[in-house]
Amino acid sequence: MNLQQHNISDNNFEQCIKCTVCTVYCPVAAVNPDYPGPKQAGPDGERLRLKRPDFYDEALKYCINCKRCEVACPSNVRIGDIIQMARIKYSKKKPKVRDFILANTDLVGTLSTPFAPVVNATLGLKPVKAILDGVMQIDHRRTFPKYAFGTFESWYKKQAEKQACFPQQVSYFHGCYVNYNNPPLGKDLVKVMNAMGVGVQLLKKEKCCGVALISNGFIHQAQKQAAQNISSIRESVVDKQIPVIATSSTCAFTIRDEYPHLLGIQNADVRDHIELATRYIYRLLSQKEIKLNFKKNTKIKVAYHTPCHLEKLGWAYYSIELLKLIPNIELTVLDSQCCGIAGTYGFKKENYKTSQNIGESLFKQIEACDIDYVVTDCETCKWQIEMSTSKPCEHPISILAKALEDRE
Amino acid sequence: MKQDDIRKSYDVIIIGGGATGAGVARDCSRRGLQVLLIERFDISTGATGRNHGLLHSGARYAVTDPESARECIEENKILRKIASHCVEETDGLFLSLPEDDIQYQALFVKACREAGIRADVIDPREALLLEPSANSAIIGAVRVPDGSVDPFRLTASNIIDAKDHGAKVLTYQEVTELLREQDRIVGVKVWDHKTKEKTTYYASVVVNAGGIWGHNIANLAGITINMLPAKGALLIFGHRVNNMVLNRCRKPADADILVPGDTISLIGTTSTQIPFEEIDHMLVTAKEVDLLLQEGEKLSPQLAQTRILRAYAGVRPLVASEDDPSGRTVSRGIVLLDHAVRDGLEGFITITGGKLMTYRLMAEWTTDLICKKLNVNAVCTTATEKLPGSRETTEVVEKKMISVPLAQRNSTIYRHGDRAEKLSDTSSLDTSLVCECEEVSVGEVKYALNELDVNNLVDLRRRTRVGMGTCQGELCACRAAGLMSSMHKYCTRRAKEDLASFLNERWKGMAPIAWGDTLRENEYIAWVYEGVCGLTLAQKQEE
Repeated sequence: MNLQQHNISDNNFEQCIKCTVCTVYCPVAAVNPDYPGPKQAGPDGERLRLKRPDFYDEALKYCINCKRCEVACPSNVRIGDIIQMARIKYSKKKPKVRDFILANTDLVGTLSTPFAPVVNATLGLKPVKAILDGVMQIDHRRTFPKYAFGTFESWYKKQAEKQACFPQQVSYFHGCYVNYNNPPLGKDLVKVMNAMGVGVQLLKKEKCCGVALISNGFIHQAQKQAAQNISSIRESVVDKQIPVIATSSTCAFTIRDEYPHLLGIQNADVRDHIELATRYIYRLLSQKEIKLNFKKNTKIKVAYHTPCHLEKLGWAYYSIELLKLIPNIELTVLDSQCCGIAGTYGFKKENYKTSQNIGESLFKQIEACDIDYVVTDCETCKWQIEMSTSKPCEHPISILAKALEDRE
Repeated sequence: MKQDDIRKSYDVIIIGGGATGAGVARDCSRRGLQVLLIERFDISTGATGRNHGLLHSGARYAVTDPESARECIEENKILRKIASHCVEETDGLFLSLPEDDIQYQALFVKACREAGIRADVIDPREALLLEPSANSAIIGAVRVPDGSVDPFRLTASNIIDAKDHGAKVLTYQEVTELLREQDRIVGVKVWDHKTKEKTTYYASVVVNAGGIWGHNIANLAGITINMLPAKGALLIFGHRVNNMVLNRCRKPADADILVPGDTISLIGTTSTQIPFEEIDHMLVTAKEVDLLLQEGEKLSPQLAQTRILRAYAGVRPLVASEDDPSGRTVSRGIVLLDHAVRDGLEGFITITGGKLMTYRLMAEWTTDLICKKLNVNAVCTTATEKLPGSRETTEVVEKKMISVPLAQRNSTIYRHGDRAEKLSDTSSLDTSLVCECEEVSVGEVKYALNELDVNNLVDLRRRTRVGMGTCQGELCACRAAGLMSSMHKYCTRRAKEDLASFLNERWKGMAPIAWGDTLRENEYIAWVYEGVCGLTLAQKQEE
């Protein structure tokens, strides 16, 4: 028997050689001493939990699932996945009503958009914030993303016919944020795509990607939505041969990696055809002779912030390179670090301080820059940056759309 | 070097700090005797610390050795009560594989019941639900009250109790001579490995509890005990694969027991007779590793895809009753030799044979004999009086330690039972970790250094599990050496030497299985300590 080839561990956590670089890169461990850090919460803790499940420590809820530990790990240990799986498997804490509301972005968005002006005004009121804080444990210092009056999907319906005329097609996973809060970003995407001769379709049925459901402990619902999304994506990719793009780095990451790793929803047949809008555009530009018609004499100064999940995808490069194509752009690339909000995490009263402490050095760096916009691919990073700094924050697609000549 | 002539006199001198020696020390001191225990290295360095850590139900011996089986189940019940913090009540399964004779099961169950061991035949599907890691091909399963026992903690607790009752314990002191006056042993001459000094101690009775080394100790008195050193090798896996003890339902053979012990699982053992010259320098061979894996995978196929942490070997102190080269059909029965009767030499007793499971019974028999010789009329209490650490329930101790972080709290209570309370009043320094794999805190290390006779890092490992996790000392060894140095256990130069010898001791166990992630991790350890810290590991190895 050739022992050395025979006995090879297939337990991912056993590949850890305890170098501890993950804990060095963990944004939470640096500011919250109650969090044991990714090494201890992940591979070390897994070993103890295998001994006895009561080694599960509720402090694992402090993990923001940014996956920066996995990016740092030289041994390919899926540390973030180990921690999230442990939460799914062992946590005995039931999600609160608050968590239900924060997690169900689809439902809350559907209920809010018809009454957007009222909802937005109400959520900004001090007494309302005080009630949310006291009763719901949603921190009163947090500003809420504004709801749009009318969804992106309803706007798109009027465009569908025109979009179908383009020779090349792409399916757009717009996500809850574009649908309920920021339809202009979706419109910008359509504009940019059309400028390259690509028509935009929507999936047959799109549900929230489920990232907030996962982090708030609603696993069965997340699995249900994931299965529906993958079936719609499969219809587009496999049946119609149309690739799928997303503007949200977190949606793209969740569908590609969290579905198979955390939810057990297999996507291997379509995974390579789900990508970020900026990467799709960059690749299209490098393959085809397309001339983008940029406005002349515009000057713009921006700083790019790399969202954690985009760092994990390894795709920040495409967004940055795309921005560089804009004439007369002055681009600063900010240090890649977590802004602290981590989706719904930063909304929770108990996390507010951790959240703001994590982002502090990023905010300082932004304030020190002479810029018109911070640019990032993640909507929750945008909320955090706009709330915590004096600068507006936009998606690279919106910046690109602004720079393009309006076509009649 | 100086000769110490001051007469220090005891009722009993016990040679050997294994489970048996510690058990005799406890029993004697509880019966009011003046006790001195002498161990040439650290406590539980011999066979005590180099076995499965299996709390036998006796089922394994039921067919072949009913007497041992009965002793085991009796002691099993006692240890669950008196040493609850050293025992995990996992229960065990005796599995029949397709290649095993299923007829043996009936014979086995009958023998178990005759020996007083509960043995329930269960459906193989139920067995797989109870223990999902078991081989799914099994055709039969019997559930028995096996468990796991931590021999280091068990021995340490006996030592603590003995000391609480006035016993004196000397470690790193080696008996070099038995003092004889006519036909009587009256004392021992001892060489102190640390101070390099010789001391003489006198006692009415000297007990030889040296395990396989007892052969040499008896030789010092000119007595021959025909012992068979039988080497048994084991493999440690990186995490718990099984939560119940897994055995093969067949006549005892090689590598047919898989035990969940603390954070890991152990497969063993092999059995090879070795010459006496090798008992201090045992290396696990590639052939043994091969055999352990091959057989182990039959019990639990996922062992093939589990990282192996280390390999080690122990020596069974078997007393030859017949000429059997394998050492397996020799009874594991207890051998108590009164040399006054056997060899006409008064004041000298040898206790050997037996097994970890029966250490307490061996101690009881020995102490009964000592008391008879000394005309002391005191009854044995070790079967009913709980050991230090087992006197309060886990729930009670947990409540007292609520401020300690969860994983650390669970681990410390698991290791020290109610003694963990000593660590309940903790500063942030005390709750910071020395060993991250096994959750050993600064406070726990300090407690071990102050109260548990620790002289070096290897001793510390036996008391706390520092360095026993998957990193095998990578992160904890230097922290622990630093703590020992700052608590004046040794100077900086000694700290460096100790660090090197500790890491080399860890490597010794990794070398036989050094491939894959274990090798990668060891390369990293060597790089950190040699490349970054400038420690010389190779040189120390040659010494």
